[in-house]
Order: sequence, then structure tokens, then C-alpha cells
Amino acid sequence: MNGGLVAATRPARAVKAVVLLVCCAIVIVPFIGIVATSLSTRDEVVRSGGFVMFPSKITFGAYQAILSGGVVTRATVVSVAVTGVGTLISLVSTSLLSYGLSRSRSTLHKPLLMLVLFALLFTPGIIPSYLVVKTLGLYDSYWSLILPVAINAFNVIVLRAFFMELPREIVDSARIDGAGDFAILWRIVLPMSKAVLAVIGLFYAVGYWNSFFTPLLYLQDNAKWPLQLVLRTYVVNQTNLGVDQLGGIGGAQLPPEQALEMAILVLSIIPILLVYPFVQRHFSRGVLIGAVKG
Amino acid sequence: MRAGLPQATVAPGPVREATPEHPRVPTPRASWWRRLLRDKVLILAAVPGIGLLLLFQYFPLLGNVIAFKDYEPFIGILQSPWVGLTNFAVIFDGDPAFLNALGNTLIITLLQVLVVFPVPIGLALLLDSLVSERIKRIVQSVLYLPHFLSWIIVIAIFQQMLGDAGFMNNFLRDHGLHTISIISNPDLFKLLVTGQVLWKDAGWATILFIAALSRIDPTLYEASAIDGAGRWRQRWHVSLPGLRSVIVLLLILRLGQSLTFGFEQIIPQQQAVGVGASEVLDTYVFNNGIIDGDWGTAAAVGLVKGVVGVVIVFVANKVAHWFGEQGIYQS
Repeated sequence: MNGGLVAATRPARAVKAVVLLVCCAIVIVPFIGIVATSLSTRDEVVRSGGFVMFPSKITFGAYQAILSGGVVTRATVVSVAVTGVGTLISLVSTSLLSYGLSRSRSTLHKPLLMLVLFALLFTPGIIPSYLVVKTLGLYDSYWSLILPVAINAFNVIVLRAFFMELPREIVDSARIDGAGDFAILWRIVLPMSKAVLAVIGLFYAVGYWNSFFTPLLYLQDNAKWPLQLVLRTYVVNQTNLGVDQLGGIGGAQLPPEQALEMAILVLSIIPILLVYPFVQRHFSRGVLIGAVKG
Repeated sequence: MRAGLPQATVAPGPVREATPEHPRVPTPRASWWRRLLRDKVLILAAVPGIGLLLLFQYFPLLGNVIAFKDYEPFIGILQSPWVGLTNFAVIFDGDPAFLNALGNTLIITLLQVLVVFPVPIGLALLLDSLVSERIKRIVQSVLYLPHFLSWIIVIAIFQQMLGDAGFMNNFLRDHGLHTISIISNPDLFKLLVTGQVLWKDAGWATILFIAALSRIDPTLYEASAIDGAGRWRQRWHVSLPGLRSVIVLLLILRLGQSLTFGFEQIIPQQQAVGVGASEVLDTYVFNNGIIDGDWGTAAAVGLVKGVVGVVIVFVANKVAHWFGEQGIYQS
């Protein structure tokens, strides 16, 4: 494994272990606390002064309250839909564009590639982007959360590099068998690129799920808020979630505010935790191809 | 700000031109139309993506004209009167609010380069030295995770841990100790955001360094060991030189972002600490333009910011070339 590195001394190894343990704890402990608080009863939240690390009794009341209709439920639906549709559009347009740019002798190859490369160098300003979205009539529509960020030039370059690395012989033999350019993309190139597509898809999906800037900039109507804006209002700014914001749950049974807030937080983290393990093992492969080889 | 890729990833270097590829090239000098027809699928495939880029990346560049206009939304961009450089007055005359935003941005950038930038390098060396692949993989999985959480989530987590009613202060209070106000303290704000960046991205940023370390030829380590190098000297004379080109690359990109600091990270926290401590250029543009309707000034500041960012990348890359490094592209 460690070819050639001189072995560490025993105390050095102990120090290393401690440092890494502390780093991991700093990441993990907050998660435990958040989940624990979201599952706590009113008594326990009051007794602990707000934040519970080890609840003695568990209740799912907070989750029932936020998911039984109302602000949070609606925002969750919006976030899921925007993420799903957006990721699909992003993956399709990115794969197509990368494939279109993957043969360096094709017509128009140079100018099109230049368009993509230059896009890496600058981000359009906040004000001009806003004006474009307004001009196109996308303001206050869900499309404003998808189309302006649908394609990321960097992902195009990474995927293109991957496509260009695929073994030529397979593509050539398919062509001899009479496959056209589209059939080659659909039946050979894409199936051979599943891992890198998974990673790029994760990047896009996480981008849509987490985006705060686009909805803040382009949405006016509170009813269209995705989860991140709900989080900002009710968790970060601590606006109280009352009966009006929760569907159907009456005042007396209302779970403690703190548990509600943490439940929203958990709700917004869960999808990421679910997808992460499946894609994580591809990271070093998928990310690095474009980045290191360039 | 844009969906997709994290700051920590790297822009591509020079694009590699592949060897002659197209098996069906009819004649070396096929007419342009013939070739267009031959490549129609490829070109059509590029259309949606190129269209999106033109519409949302290039078309907004035109919108920058309002930096030179007295823009009124009701009149429209074309009809609004030209005003020359009036909108740039805040920059040239040193408007206090602008200078405050600029100063905050630069201080945060300095902290980023001095504190945040080296941490992943150390962490990568540490991970690289782990003998057990399994432990290494587990630690990596844990440390990469926060990168995928949104800023709002990270901010909420920091509030829960360090806030006045958070985990740490509850603990201090329970043990009869003084509580420490961190989240709403303007003096600590820049350190707080630096800590947040570390928590979120220090782990993820190791990914490129670890890859570079794994490509170092083991015989170099063996040779240095035979020459009597200890662990530290091996790190210094073999590992770090092996990381140099990645470090330079990332540093150039970081410098290009000098004037950009996480809009998504700052905006949600401005309420707690006030504009004085927390305004950065991006929030200045947003607050002045979108919120207060001073479109011209906001666009002017945004434009200058964008241009300076591109210029820094070119200059830094040039400097890297002088030092014999590859940089992010070659001319």
C-alpha cells in the first residue's frame, strides 16, 4: 500500500488516529444531535434547553406534523419535482452536448468547443441573469429554477473527456455493423459511461436540491418555495411554525418548535444521505478523469 | 452559485486533441456541406446544450449594458438613457458601503487562502499515510459528506451547535460556565464563515490531492529512504513536490474567485450580524440591485467584479508559466 514510505512510529500513529477521529466526530456529532432532537418529546426538549443529544423516549410527532400537508409538505413536493425534472434535463443535454463535441474532426467542432470552454471562465452577473430570466418570462415560474442552471460547462468537459477515452475499436466495429451516430451514443457510449453519468447526475441533483440562490432570486410567490427557502425562514431565521403552516395538526398536540425545525432539517438531508453511498464509490474515478487528465 | 460542481474541482487543462478519429472521412477535402451532413447527428446533439449556454451564460453579458445606463424596469433596457460611467462612481469615489463590501470580501479571501487552502493538503497527506484501505475509505466517506449539504443546512447546523441556545452553550450553562456568543457576534463573523467553509469543504477538497499522491512513483520514496530520509523529509522532498502542479492549479482558480464569496453562505446570516461585518461584493450587488432597485450601480459593481476575476486568472496563469508550471491552460 504505502510503497516506500518509512513506517510511522507508535506515538505518531496514535496522534494520527486521534486527529482523524476528531475530524470524523466533528462531522458526525451534529447529525446525531439533529436527528435526536427531531425525535424528542416536548418534556425532553424543555428540560434540555433546546437541543437533545440522547433522547430517552422517541416520538415521530414532528414528522407527522410537517408532512401532513402545509408549508413543509408543499415545499418538499416542489423540491422533489424540480430536482427530478432538472436532473433529467441536465443529464440529457449534457450527455448530448458532450457526445456532439467528442470527435475532434467533426464539423463546427472548434467553435462549439470554444463556446463551452469560455463559459468556464466567467459566471454571468447576478443582475444580468435576473434581467434575462425576466425577459424570457421565466420569472416566478418553476422553470427559472431549472433552465438557467441546467447545463454546467465543467460537467460537459468532464463527460466529453470520458467519451473520448472510450475504446475506439468498439465504436468502429459498431459502425461497420451499420450503427449510426445516434445508435452508437444510445447503445454503446452511454451504457459504457454509467459510473461517470451517476456522478455527474449526483452533482446536478444535489445542485438542484440545495439551490437557494435561484429560488431567492427568481421566485416571488411564497407558495412556490422549495425546501431550502422554507429552511431559511423557519429554521435559520426561527420564524415560528404555527398551526397555519402545518396541515391539520391542532394547537395542543403541536410538537415542540425545536423538534419541528430539526425534522425539517433531517427531511432536507435524507435524500442526500440516501443517494450518497451508491455514488460515492465512483467519485475518485468519475471526478478525476476530467480534472486531472484534462 | 451554479448547480453542479463544487469550488474544489478543477477546470480542465488544455483539451487533448485525439488522434484522427472519424473512420468515414470520405476524402481529405470533402466539401463543408458534405461534412455537415455527415456530422448532422453530432451537431444536432450539441444544439440543446449550446442553446442553454448561449441563453443563460452568454446572453446575460449583453445585460451588462445597464451598467452604463440609468435603467428603469418600466421603460426597459433599450429605452433607458445612457449615462456613461456615472454608475461606476461608487467604485471611483470610494463609496463607504462599497468599500466596506470590498474590504470584507478581501479579508475573507485572505483567510480562505491562508487558513482554508492548506488544511486539505495536510488532511490528504494524513489519509494517504493510512495503511488500512478500509479505514481510509470510511474516513473519506465521512469527510466528503458535508460537501453535499446546502449552505442553509450547514448554517442551521452551526446554529444548533454553537448558537446561544445551541449544544455548546447549553453544555456550558449546565456546568455553570460562561456562555459564548458566536453566531450573532459581528466581530467573529469572518472566523465563523471560515469555520463553516472548513467544515463543509475541507474533506472534499482532499480528493484531488489524494489522487495526485497516489500517482507518485513508490520508487522515489524507496530511494529517499535508502538515502536516509525519515518520514518528514520524505513528505517534504517527495510528497509535496508531487502535489505542486495540483496546488498551483487550485490556487490560480481560488485567486480568480478572490472577489466572489459565497452569496448563499452570507445572505442567510446577514440578519444576525448586520451588514457592516457581513456585506461582501455579491451581497452588495444583490442588496443594492434586486432589493433596493439601484440597478445601474449594482450591475456596474458586478461587471467590474467579473472582469477583475477573469484578469486575475490570466495573470496568475502567466505567473505560473514563468515558474515553469502548467497552470490551468497553456498558451
